[in-house]
Amino acid sequence: MKPTNVTDPEYFHKVVDCQFACPAHTPVPAYIRLISQQRYTDAYLVNWESNVFPGVLGRTCDRPCEPVCRRGRVEEEPVAICRLKRVAADFKEDVSSRLPRAGKPNGKKIALIGGGPASLTVARDLAPLGYELHLYDANAKAGGFMRSEIPSFRLPESVLDEEVGYVMDMGITAHFNTYVDSMADILTNGYDAVFVGSGAPRGRDLPKLPGRKKADKNIHIGLDWLANVAFEHTKKIGKKVIVLGGGNTAMDCCRTSRRLGGEDVKVIVRSPFEDMKASPWEKEDAIHEGIPIIDNHVPKEFVLKKGKLVGMTFEKVEPKYHEDGRRELVPTGEEPAFFECDDVLIAIGQENAFPWIEKETGIRFTSWGTPIINDDETFQSTRKDVFFGGDAAFGPANIITAVAHGHKAAVSIDLYCRGKDLEKRPAPNVTLISQKMGIHEWSYDSIPVNDKREAVPLVELGEALKDRDLEVELGFDLETAFVQAERCLNCDAQTVFTADSCIECDACADICPTSCINFIQNAPEEELRANLMVPADDPEQDIYVSQTLNTGKVLVKDEDVCLHCGLCAERCPTAAWDMKLFTYNVAKATPDLMEVS
Amino acid sequence: MSYVKPKFRHPKLPTNSLGYSVADYDGAISTLCAGCGHDSISAAIRNACFKSAIPPHRIAKLSGIGCSSKMPTYFLGRSHGFNSVHGRMPSVATGASLANRELTYIGVSGDGDTASIGMGQFVHLIRRNVNMTYIVANNGCYGLTKGQDSATADLGSVAKGGAVNPFDGIDLASLALLQGASFVARSFSGDKEQLEPLIRAAMAHKGFAFIDVVSPCVTFNNHAGSTKSYAETRAHVDAMQLDFIPMREEIRTQYEAGTSQTVTLHDGSVIHLQKASSDYATDDRAAAMQAIQKAEAEDKILTGLLHLDPNSQDLNQLLNLANKPLNELDKDELCPGSRVLDSINQGLR
Ligand SMILES: Cc1cc2nc3c(=O)[nH]c(=O)nc-3n(C[C@H](O)[C@H](O)[C@H](O)COP(=O)(O)OP(=O)(O)OC[C@H]3O[C@@H](n4cnc5c(N)ncnc54)[C@H](O)[C@@H]3O)c2cc1C
Ligand SMILES: Cc1ncc(C[n+]2csc(CCOP(=O)(O)OP(=O)(O)O)c2C)c(N)n1
Ligand code: SF4
Ligand code: SF4
Ligand code: SF4
Ligand SMILES: [Mg+2]
Repeated sequence: MKPTNVTDPEYFHKVVDCQFACPAHTPVPAYIRLISQQRYTDAYLVNWESNVFPGVLGRTCDRPCEPVCRRGRVEEEPVAICRLKRVAADFKEDVSSRLPRAGKPNGKKIALIGGGPASLTVARDLAPLGYELHLYDANAKAGGFMRSEIPSFRLPESVLDEEVGYVMDMGITAHFNTYVDSMADILTNGYDAVFVGSGAPRGRDLPKLPGRKKADKNIHIGLDWLANVAFEHTKKIGKKVIVLGGGNTAMDCCRTSRRLGGEDVKVIVRSPFEDMKASPWEKEDAIHEGIPIIDNHVPKEFVLKKGKLVGMTFEKVEPKYHEDGRRELVPTGEEPAFFECDDVLIAIGQENAFPWIEKETGIRFTSWGTPIINDDETFQSTRKDVFFGGDAAFGPANIITAVAHGHKAAVSIDLYCRGKDLEKRPAPNVTLISQKMGIHEWSYDSIPVNDKREAVPLVELGEALKDRDLEVELGFDLETAFVQAERCLNCDAQTVFTADSCIECDACADICPTSCINFIQNAPEEELRANLMVPADDPEQDIYVSQTLNTGKVLVKDEDVCLHCGLCAERCPTAAWDMKLFTYNVAKATPDLMEVS
Repeated sequence: MSYVKPKFRHPKLPTNSLGYSVADYDGAISTLCAGCGHDSISAAIRNACFKSAIPPHRIAKLSGIGCSSKMPTYFLGRSHGFNSVHGRMPSVATGASLANRELTYIGVSGDGDTASIGMGQFVHLIRRNVNMTYIVANNGCYGLTKGQDSATADLGSVAKGGAVNPFDGIDLASLALLQGASFVARSFSGDKEQLEPLIRAAMAHKGFAFIDVVSPCVTFNNHAGSTKSYAETRAHVDAMQLDFIPMREEIRTQYEAGTSQTVTLHDGSVIHLQKASSDYATDDRAAAMQAIQKAEAEDKILTGLLHLDPNSQDLNQLLNLANKPLNELDKDELCPGSRVLDSINQGLR
């Protein structure tokens, strides 16, 4: 196998599993270290630069980082990455003076359609460059689905207002209560570019299910119903509620129902419990609030008595998994099951809808209803001055994905407005700096603590169900936050090897607690992986191969479960190993947006 | 400096037939100098005990004084141990082995501990064929006391301060052969592929097993001019490759015909000497002496299994002691009562 090219920033980036998995590539270990140093404001700002909504995301993020966190590979549970983000937001001081301001006007004007996280990110990234930004939203405030869909017991309005405010305060011109019903019109308004961040607003229905029309009064589309609750048009629901669907929207619908008078609330889902789309923690939260989840039941009919909805019948099914990974739900042949209800909430998915974008604009769509986009770097549509991002681009995803799209789209819009080639993307900001503080001494807490993950404490259940605005999670206190932060393995403290200095004394291989280091004969990758002391059987995790050493062997380090403890470097008599801090910052439209040192 | 080793281990660490992983044979984190050859020997001992699936609580570690003699703290944290006085480990080992013949004894010593102050005790250990593995971590100097030349320092070797050694070094392997040791080997701390099987074979051997291991002192004896540095050792080492296959284990490696030689130990385990060493006669003590001297004349360090007498009688057998360990004999067995005494007396009449 060829020696690893560690000058390619993507090599070390991949080692920081959490940051690599984060769509916006938030420097996770960096902010977690700042939390352990009680520098909450700095921790917040590091987040803010990357993900714009630390307070929101610290409560609601889908956290793709946590399942891949290295800590979860050496013990039961990953670092509480998401809830530590909330700690930074909860305990920071006033940050307003440290935030960037609108730049000197550069004469360019941009329209942003929709005021969700995607548009707000574009606005935040472009404002310091002097763009005049016009944000349109059908609602009275910005925030998009963060405001209209995510219930306030998960995300308090004050937190959202604060972070949306930081962006809007950068001189963004708001056109609220304005539903854009014609793209053609917008395009005649002299904008240099248009960003579409209108989300995926249409909730799926079950139009053909018997009884659907007649029972319409008591059947609600989850997405619309949640928005009505958020904007206080809906304040009550029947005592018995059935929520159809297994995603996060279903979880929010059932938990909201419990707070609006629903006493007997059930989630009924077609798929098996394990295959449900909702995150495990969302399911746990629902179950904790006394909501049973009934799986393997396919809706059959709305049942009415005297013209009024009284319940639903379901066909019972069993999953059958085929060899190609396909899943089939096979009827068990049992009697259909009947469940009583007063109201039904349908939360079985959402779709894109662009009735307001005319054909003649030259913006074309796929058969799925999503816009045809150049690629997931430029986000340019088939019309050169129109860009898409967030749920509007590829269908429903989540906030952090919308933010990531926003960053890239902002770069594209800026390049476009400056007449530059969109394909020539600016490189990430990367540094690699030794952390040696003395002999055997590192700048970070190198030896990991043994503490286990702790759950975030909750308000008492009875209290929680009484008030739909009462935030359920209390957040970590500072003592717990410190311990939880110390669980981070500092995966950005990279083990960097210099073959020329190595005397092959084996000290590093002998000390390594997780048996990552091997001195062996080189071989093709597959063979090499199999020949390690503990075979490196996860192809997703790279192996670090050195130049050939004096004895003819190579050093091979399996990155998989390296604890970044630095013992290899401590035991090395010639400093062939060094622990170097790797920083990786995704290029934004505004280069040095913040300074945190 | 880190004084603890993280508790986390590779989740897929292989286990041995006892269900233990190599981590169960770990000791405390080493306080020796970074890069000291002794740490590699510690790791080799750990790995050997793991691979041979010896229950940690059935092992006793013994040592004298020196950096090398500190080593037992850094491996087998769940085994018995006795860190004795300078050069006196042999007498403790002899006593322990007599008291409990069933433990596996691993002695770790240094060239100073063995070839200077402990020389007298060392030769008697060999003479008595105490059933143990005796490893000398040989760095040609007194590491612990700041690197003075030891009795194994080679003639002409230059000390860190620049002094040239005017004396001939003692070759401990030759000495052991001469004194009749039943298992004599030499190895290098930087060659675990050879050292591990040697330690496993030594532990399986019944009788005194001696391994002289060149183990560079990175701090005081790893400079140009030293004959026991990493570079110098690597440049001169002439290594016999070997495999150890414990009894009842299947032989998996394919050896080309005529390229290997099999030596069977008393318990049925097998040592395979590979390739160039195939014509080496391990059961011929005189030939071993010659081979060492020939290598030395050619400025080579011959490593591998130098001599083995698989049928040796260890101290317990020589003294015809009870099969049951002496420390387990209870009052009734030790003092069987007047009736037995009477019958013995009768027999003498
Ligand atoms: C119930 C529910 C719960 C969710 N929970 C989470 C969660 O916990 N964590 C998470 O990460 N994600 C969650 N999501 C997903 C997340 O909200 C979205 O992925 C994200 O908000 C998408 O951002 P966006 O910027 O693309 O658009 P959106 O947030 O959807 O914002 C689009 C905005 O555009 C406006 N708009 C649309 N068309 C027009 C028009 N023609 N004219 C003017 N304005 C228009 C809409 O009113 C809306 O305000 C949830 C989604 C739902 C439905
Ligand atoms: C009775 C006695 N004499 C002298 C000493 C001082 N002393 C300590 S260690 C040592 C030599 C150790 O050399 P070696 O056995 O080669 O071990 P190394 O440190 O080189 O591994 C000496 C002379 C002592 N501790 N006790
Ligand atoms: S241990 Fe820390 S740096 Fe490593 S993946 Fe987990 S959160 Fe990220
Ligand atoms: S930092 Fe070095 S010693 Fe620690 S786990 Fe990683 S490779 Fe092993
Ligand atoms: S002084 Fe020499 S022998 Fe002692 S620990 Fe240091 S390197 Fe090893
Ligand atoms: Mg010595």
